[in-house]
Amino acid sequence: MIRLNPKMTEKIVFFLLLVATLVIVIPVMLITVMILTNGAGTLSWEFLTQPPRLGMRAGGIFPAIVGTVYLVFGTLCFALPVGILAAVYLSEYARDNWLTRLIDIAIINLAGVPSVVYGLFGLGLFVSFLNFGTSIIAGSLTLTIMSLPVIITASREALNSIPQSFREASLALGATRWQTVRRVVLPNALPGIMTGTILALSRAAGETAPILFTVAAFYLPSLPTSIFDQCMALPYHLYVISTQVPNIKPGIQYGTALVLISMVLVMNVVAVLIRTHFRKRKLW
Amino acid sequence: MSQDDSVRMKTAIRIENFNLYYDQFRALSDVNLEICERRVTAVIGPSGCGKSTLLRAINRMNDLIEKVRVEGQIFVDEAPVYGDHVDLVALRRKVGMVFQRPNPFPLSIFENVAFGLRLHFHSSPAERMERVQKSLEEVGLWEELRDRLGGFALNLSGEQQQRLCIARAIAVRPDIILMDEPCSALDPVATQRIEELIRFLKKDYTIVIVTHNMSQAARVSDETAYFYLGKLIEMGATQKIFTAPSKKETEDYITGKFG
Ligand SMILES: Nc1ncnc2c1ncn2[C@@H]1O[C@H](COP(=O)(O)OP(=O)(O)OP(=O)(O)O)[C@@H](O)[C@H]1O
Ligand SMILES: [Mg+2]
Repeated sequence: MIRLNPKMTEKIVFFLLLVATLVIVIPVMLITVMILTNGAGTLSWEFLTQPPRLGMRAGGIFPAIVGTVYLVFGTLCFALPVGILAAVYLSEYARDNWLTRLIDIAIINLAGVPSVVYGLFGLGLFVSFLNFGTSIIAGSLTLTIMSLPVIITASREALNSIPQSFREASLALGATRWQTVRRVVLPNALPGIMTGTILALSRAAGETAPILFTVAAFYLPSLPTSIFDQCMALPYHLYVISTQVPNIKPGIQYGTALVLISMVLVMNVVAVLIRTHFRKRKLW
Repeated sequence: MSQDDSVRMKTAIRIENFNLYYDQFRALSDVNLEICERRVTAVIGPSGCGKSTLLRAINRMNDLIEKVRVEGQIFVDEAPVYGDHVDLVALRRKVGMVFQRPNPFPLSIFENVAFGLRLHFHSSPAERMERVQKSLEEVGLWEELRDRLGGFALNLSGEQQQRLCIARAIAVRPDIILMDEPCSALDPVATQRIEELIRFLKKDYTIVIVTHNMSQAARVSDETAYFYLGKLIEMGATQKIFTAPSKKETEDYITGKFG
């Protein structure tokens, strides 16, 4: 084997690390620039507030924006409480036995299941079996199932980062386990939990496969009026206008993509802000 | 103290044939001892001899650790601590604890002291304020902190934090306070002042203090129990233990020949 001198090795390692970083950064920048240059021109008040017209070749994407907001909000309503409760159970209550370890493994594996599988699962369980039909509630629940592993994992990390000494102090004062969780552990873990949840939701906002069979409508001029209605959604709309509508101006596609990634970006920024805010306030 | 007093002394904690195992490891073996009311009892011994384990057995903090098994019994005020029908909340209300590292909650000074009150009493804000004030007065923090009760507890100095933790413990009116090396994270001056506080508090509370510091045990305690490898070697009046111990091991440890 050739022995390189340490300085040489250092240079090579530095170069490799730099290349690896660029490999991540360059596509992100390219995507952003491409979508911005091609889509910014389409953005207008009308585009954001009008339904599509002329077989989606004109008009706006308002129903799809609203639909995605509904879906994200619906997912939040289901996923946050369930995620927190499950994480609290696993981190604060469950003893370390084979069942807990099995659940742990299940959660890790669920995070790796392809999203189309969640879509089919949602179709079978929520749409057909529970008879919700293709509806906002079926779509939200499907996205919930998909987001839960990530939310639970992030929440557990947040809970585990709370020093044991706080729990001991509380229990030693005669607090029950639940009082300890509610008054000491959860309030301090909440920023971490929120960060993880928002990131998971921003992922869910952009998913097509899980909503494909469970909620997404090809075209709906009016807004949904109940959680049992179908709705349009940005990722599916983008898919439709990119593959199903011939002779459409590319500006509309890029504009839609721009709106979608902007929403995701805003959510991510909020998550990062929460995290840095509470990191700066370093509590212990 | 006179012979007469010792007869009148009531037992606050009685430990009977007590064994504690961490899984297979026997951390306490056949411990038998009695701790008197309104006195300071020091628990000394080399590192790993089971001092903390003993202390945490009294308010059942060891329950938090998996695979802990106990044999024998501990009585607090003649009521058993181990058993199916023991009310842990009531036990821990009666037996407060102060930890080695000050561990105030990341809340305001006021909320730290009021924490236990909110758990156990349905008091009005005014009553709560009064209790908080009284507890802070007892630990000598009231004068310095009265104007910033809303301040963040973790910004206090180490000594203030430890006093705050003591105030938090006494706010719920326990009978007994367990202290696990309460001064080991503090500087000598702060240590001295906390020791004064401990001597002051014994008029109202039974105090059990674990310490590594021999002279501290001599300064603050009325009784001393010497542990070695999970066994109680000797227990008696502090003065006697430190001047004329009856066991050779105790003498070796106290004179620093070992430990
Ligand atoms: N959670 C645990 N699991 C297994 N063994 C433990 C656990 N906690 C303590 N032990 C063991 O029990 C023995 C007594 O521990 P303990 O903490 O009570 O000692 P200590 O006298 O307080 O020591 P120190 O003076 O260092 O604080 C030690 O040998 C320790 O290794
Ligand atoms: Mg210890």
